Amino acid sequence: MINERNLPILATLLVFILLYGFGVYEYRGFRDTLVFTNLLTDNAFLIITAIGMTFVILSGGIDLSVGSMIAFIGVLMAYMISSMGLHPAFAIGIALLVGVFFGTIMGVIIAFFEIQAFIVTLAGMFLFRGLAYLINLDAVPISHPFIMALSDIYVPLPGRGGLTFIAMAMLVLLVIGILVARRTRFGMSVYALGGDSHSAALLGVPVGKTIIKIYALSGFYSAMSGVIFAIYTGSAYPLAAVGVELDAIAAVVIGGTLLTGGVGYVFGTFLGAMIQGIIQTLITFDGSLNSWWTKLAVGGLLLFFILLQKGIVVWVKKRAAG
Amino acid sequence: MSNFVEGAQVVTRPLLKIDNLSKSFTGVQALSGVSLQIKSGEIRALLGENGAGKSTLIKVLTGVYPRDGGDILLDGNAINAADSGHAQRLGISTVYQEVNLIPTLSVMENLTLQHQEKVFGLISWKKAEIRAKALLAQVGLDIDPLRQLDTYSIAIQQLVAIARALSTQAKMLILDEPTASLDSDEIKQLFDLMRRLKAEGMGIIFVTHFLDQVYSITDSITVLRNGECIGTFNTAELTRSDLVSHMVGKSLEELAPSAHDHSIQRERKALLALNNVGKQRYLQPLNLSIAAGDIVGVAGLLGSGRTELCELAYGSVKPDQGEIRLGKHSLTKFSLRRAIQVGMGYCPEDRKQDGIVAELSVRENMILALQASRGWWSPISLSDQQGLVEDMIQRLAIKTPDMDKPIGELSGGNQQKVILARWLITHPALLILDEPTRGIDIGAHHDIIQIIKELCEQGMGLLVASSELEELVMFAHRVVVMKDHHKVSELLGEDISEQAILRTIAS
Repeated sequence: MINERNLPILATLLVFILLYGFGVYEYRGFRDTLVFTNLLTDNAFLIITAIGMTFVILSGGIDLSVGSMIAFIGVLMAYMISSMGLHPAFAIGIALLVGVFFGTIMGVIIAFFEIQAFIVTLAGMFLFRGLAYLINLDAVPISHPFIMALSDIYVPLPGRGGLTFIAMAMLVLLVIGILVARRTRFGMSVYALGGDSHSAALLGVPVGKTIIKIYALSGFYSAMSGVIFAIYTGSAYPLAAVGVELDAIAAVVIGGTLLTGGVGYVFGTFLGAMIQGIIQTLITFDGSLNSWWTKLAVGGLLLFFILLQKGIVVWVKKRAAG
Repeated sequence: MSNFVEGAQVVTRPLLKIDNLSKSFTGVQALSGVSLQIKSGEIRALLGENGAGKSTLIKVLTGVYPRDGGDILLDGNAINAADSGHAQRLGISTVYQEVNLIPTLSVMENLTLQHQEKVFGLISWKKAEIRAKALLAQVGLDIDPLRQLDTYSIAIQQLVAIARALSTQAKMLILDEPTASLDSDEIKQLFDLMRRLKAEGMGIIFVTHFLDQVYSITDSITVLRNGECIGTFNTAELTRSDLVSHMVGKSLEELAPSAHDHSIQRERKALLALNNVGKQRYLQPLNLSIAAGDIVGVAGLLGSGRTELCELAYGSVKPDQGEIRLGKHSLTKFSLRRAIQVGMGYCPEDRKQDGIVAELSVRENMILALQASRGWWSPISLSDQQGLVEDMIQRLAIKTPDMDKPIGELSGGNQQKVILARWLITHPALLILDEPTRGIDIGAHHDIIQIIKELCEQGMGLLVASSELEELVMFAHRVVVMKDHHKVSELLGEDISEQAILRTIAS
């Protein structure tokens, strides 16, 4: 059913199809499934971060700490595997717990001291980056047979493409994200908070608890992204993923989520991140354009989507009034 | 033997028993020793002036505010709701004056929020839709539950809020001025629903400012004044004049406004002139002129174009045809700031959304329009501000401990007075008031009508839109009757009566 709430995500889907269609039309190589599966693999860490970010933005908040979290978790993992000799599975488990822990702390501060999420997560952003440097100043390789084994998992698909472990992990996390957002009470509480936090409280939504869970969830997803990023690059570097929080926010907004909260879909975020990936791939295929054109295109799209959403909001209001 | 007596008492045991409830906010005793009992199947009106403690009582009942002392018993069990959700689970549901639902969620999602049925741990939207439809049917609404809430009118949203309140196995239903945004058909529908719930044994607390509604639906009346319970009466045994005197603590004779002389019809030059002003799909073109010292009322049903007329006249919505003149200035193409500078003032209908800046103090709210018209580069000194504001607080009898209190903490009637004061200090030549008495109690209602009359005597022109015909008849020199977004008629002098207005609307 086409309703005003679905318009932004339909627009996102349209942009996705147009860009992909353009690639297929223009470049022979684009027709292989390889391009698509590479998009899944190469953008996995961004998509995972952006899924967590979707919950945060849906609730009307923001999480600036995710980029630093990715770097911190990677460095922490490398330290635990290389210097402490822990088994990677164990190290990954601990790293995820650490991510959830810090997310929870930020959530508690935001919920109980009623401080803007912007400031709290900005502090988190500096803190995690600093912690990463505290553990390690340089890039270090993460080499362990277990990690190798994970990187080697590959399910070939027709058309030269195939799913890597990273891509599959991302898809699983995507499905979980979609289900949590639309099919759980917590998810609906997130939407309610973003729609009108005052009314949400009066309707019986546990506001404080929900806020804490949201930032814990974002902490989990960004830590997961850190793990995936470490497996993807096979190394850890304290300066990794600088500015990824902004890419994630862009993915969420291009995916059709209202920056003021309350309206949007996790699947839209997936499309939003993939659109950024496609633009990058198109520019690579072209060969003559500078990679900074990606930023230009993403900036333009962001602006377009913000204006589109504003337009829809105004339109809905007018119709309700008249 | 004693067992039998006990047994007999169980039957008549009150559904809700409030015993000696107290609550104070920094220095102000909002509730002191309030006790009342409500039986199941009883509709109780809760009445009182501004600041009488109605809102506080409701918020303490539903756990929004913690109480200082006293007991609340529901079905004989002491309860202590920690928050609104807890109160709902205990069986107390509330529908507030302003629609407290989530505008960005669908009707279905709003109705089932926090109560969604699950299949294998996940919400089943199929079941939710069935449930939503059943709940909507209960309040007589036939709308698409999958549409976003804010695509529906306020009246429908209010009914959805009531449907939701009924969804939570409520034993007690609190309706806090639910009729403010409903038209008469919808009110009738609501009353039918209330009677049905009453027959099913639900206890209902009904807060309203419409005495007609009190007498047509309630069984009993509890009157609060200054945080104290004045008494509980059987509705059938309490005359209106006694009720009003209980509420305001004065007799009705003191309150009754002097009979209004409609015959003052001096020939004067038009102050505001609307010449064939209209906007497509908003308001049909119309003519209107208001002279200094004129009060022109705008009557009509909900959605008839009352507010639209006010907005066009003020200029917050630009007309696409016609000319607006204020005195010698043409305002058709000018900005709002210009309109304010040449002497226009406007108090909008929706206080909460368009009128007040809740976080700012009484003083800051009051000074806003004056400052805006002077421009931000010529600030008004603090002492000047304080003088002006102090003067207004005195003149309009605004109840506030001091002028630096955030306006959001004042009661509705006092907020309305602050907004009136905001425009009065700009000395407007013409003041537009949209529903100036909506959602405020009788005492403040009386004050505001008194203020309107005084302003008129001082030579200000007033355009007042109101859904309360009674008050329009009381003060208007002329009444413009609106219907389906056009002006049907203009009643003059002796022709103005509630009957005449109703007849015009019905014709």
